[in-house]
Amino acid sequence: MKSDIILSGVGGQGILSIAAVVGMAALENHLYLKQAEVHGMSQRGGAVQSHLRISEKEIASDLIPEGRADIIISVEPMESLRYLPWLSESGWLVTNTTPFVNIPDYPDIKALIAEIEKLPHHIVINADEIARQVKSPRSSNMVMLGAASPFLDIPYRSLENGIKKIFEKKGEKIVQLNIDALKAGRDFSEMHKK
Amino acid sequence: MEKLLLLGAEAIAQGAIDGGMSGVYAYPGTPSTEITEYVQHNKTAVERKLHSLWSANEKTAMEAGLGMSYAGKRAMVCMKHVGLNVAADAFINSAITGVNGGLIVAVADDPSMHSSQNEQDSRFFGKFAMIPIFEPASQQEAYDMAYEGFELSEKLKIPIMMRITTRLAHSRAGIETRPLKQVNKLKYPEDPIQFVLLPSNARKRYKGLLGLQSLMEQESERSSFNTYYPARNKSVGIIACGIAFNYLMENYPERKFPHPVLQLGQYPLPFSKVEKIVTECEQVLVLEDGYPLVEEMLKGYLDKNSKIKGRLDGTIPRDGELNPDIVAKALGLEVKIGKQVPSIVANRPPELCAGCAHRDIYNALNETMLEFGKQKVFSDIGCYTLGALPPWNSISSCVDMGASITMAKGAADAGVHPAIAVIGDSTFTHSGMTALLDCVYENTPVTVIISDNGTTGMTGGQASHATGRLEEICIGLGVKPEHVRVLTPLPKYHDEMVNVLREEMLYEGVSVVIPRRECIQTLGRSKKEIKVKVEEAIQ
Repeated sequence: MKSDIILSGVGGQGILSIAAVVGMAALENHLYLKQAEVHGMSQRGGAVQSHLRISEKEIASDLIPEGRADIIISVEPMESLRYLPWLSESGWLVTNTTPFVNIPDYPDIKALIAEIEKLPHHIVINADEIARQVKSPRSSNMVMLGAASPFLDIPYRSLENGIKKIFEKKGEKIVQLNIDALKAGRDFSEMHKK
Repeated sequence: MEKLLLLGAEAIAQGAIDGGMSGVYAYPGTPSTEITEYVQHNKTAVERKLHSLWSANEKTAMEAGLGMSYAGKRAMVCMKHVGLNVAADAFINSAITGVNGGLIVAVADDPSMHSSQNEQDSRFFGKFAMIPIFEPASQQEAYDMAYEGFELSEKLKIPIMMRITTRLAHSRAGIETRPLKQVNKLKYPEDPIQFVLLPSNARKRYKGLLGLQSLMEQESERSSFNTYYPARNKSVGIIACGIAFNYLMENYPERKFPHPVLQLGQYPLPFSKVEKIVTECEQVLVLEDGYPLVEEMLKGYLDKNSKIKGRLDGTIPRDGELNPDIVAKALGLEVKIGKQVPSIVANRPPELCAGCAHRDIYNALNETMLEFGKQKVFSDIGCYTLGALPPWNSISSCVDMGASITMAKGAADAGVHPAIAVIGDSTFTHSGMTALLDCVYENTPVTVIISDNGTTGMTGGQASHATGRLEEICIGLGVKPEHVRVLTPLPKYHDEMVNVLREEMLYEGVSVVIPRRECIQTLGRSKKEIKVKVEEAIQ
């Protein structure tokens, strides 16, 4: 088994918290993992991505080759499309619909969503709204991970355990809010995947 | 043993800690920063009181590292590739003095310039200094090389370079650690003049360094980091340096290489292994993430139809970092072509944070410059370099640390008036102070704006040596106290800022304007920390 994952968003949106939870889940299952991050200048509100690879076998490259990613998980709709060259033909694109507008020429959101919906396998989710519904407005990233979870080769229970480990210092309440967010995202995908 | 999930940069730090390091010296710079930050927060390092505070710049870091080595202890010096230019004097001479305690110089290169001014390859500096270079392919190798590096350094009595590139520095993987070693005891060099590079002694030391070269080569021959993988199909042989080996493996899973492969992780080149692959293969493809160093060495200058392939003959692009697809193409393997990026996707460059003080400074500066004209503002390395982009378009230069002040001076000498420098507080104490002294020495009419956000912002908010002493430094260097002006960069003080800038630009001498307001990133963080502390106190 292996999952090649591209995480995308805007610098400061915290895509690395998704990577951290997946990383913990991978460790729990004794899987190999490599995760390439972007540090430095791009973190200042620029486009950022992370290549996250999990496998039973030793992983060679820190970067995913073009056309090989199993999934793109994006916390921002326009950023989900920036890494399309990496998505495999059978791959899933799972994106949040809440735009992060910090440039003057940000495209029309409806046109963006239409572009995403051209893809054969996609989940389009308003993660911010769902996070608010489960009273965990700051956990939209975990909603996104939950929405992506049916397409990852990792037991769902391990993702929950990952959340426990990553957020344990912040207290039980925060852990539960994030687990609720994960579940809400998962439920959404289970309902909407075709 | 339990596996740690570490960035390549962190793996170096953990390896050095476990290898018995007594201290790390560094100036922050992407992608090297996380090495030192890891030491600062590591439990063992804290318990052992290992030195890990930041240095003023890479040169002072290199010298302090050498001083710790003089005292018999193991030290590591870390920097980004361009930082090695700053440290070069001390670095090159440290090969002549040699070391006492083990010394590792860890340098992180940035091919493709993700966060840098160039993509220079530090291996050239290592070769120039004539010292061994380690180039890990994986996080585990990064750990192992740092762990073993001190011993090799002490055995040869020579500093060791550890060279990584961005992808390894900033990629996480599981690491198996090794038993923690003791730190060295204080011990003076056996030869009391080992570190005295007077010409008579320097000549002797240099001959010693030359004499060591064959021993270094033997170490490379024996090294487990230089592995030869034999194979039947000798139409091409592949030399894969450092992380390039991973991209090769990606194309031949489970190391099932159809062609002979030489994995290189330790320099100088292991002669017999290199000779073997070049002799037995019809062609040799050299994969290196950086400049074509090995390729150039093997190719020879006159042989334009050489059997050596790589970046110089166009088999691989001449610039930019490697990736699995570039390597696949060079090997003639099939490459998947992914979907196009839809044209609707707009470019999203980095920008100054909302609420950042640099914004208010550029707004005031732009208004002031309306009356003085364009292209008179020189700037420097840091977040404020983003002032070169719209909507500000405020600055006309960004070259190297501290260059804003000295370039403004040279321009002023040439007749540009007013000549203005915009520099950050940390960059100023890194390399701007001597530049300011040059201005003071001649009373050159320059206006130096030191944007003081109390931190080293671009690299993530490390402590700045300038904090709390900026005015004293400037006055101490000879700037007249009445021309050291401190401002608060906020929109409500916009007019005052414009007035002060105008006054100082009209002054025919050296003036320093210090707009001071804390970095919005570190401010947010310290507020969170305060909040957590308060919550803890309540509980």
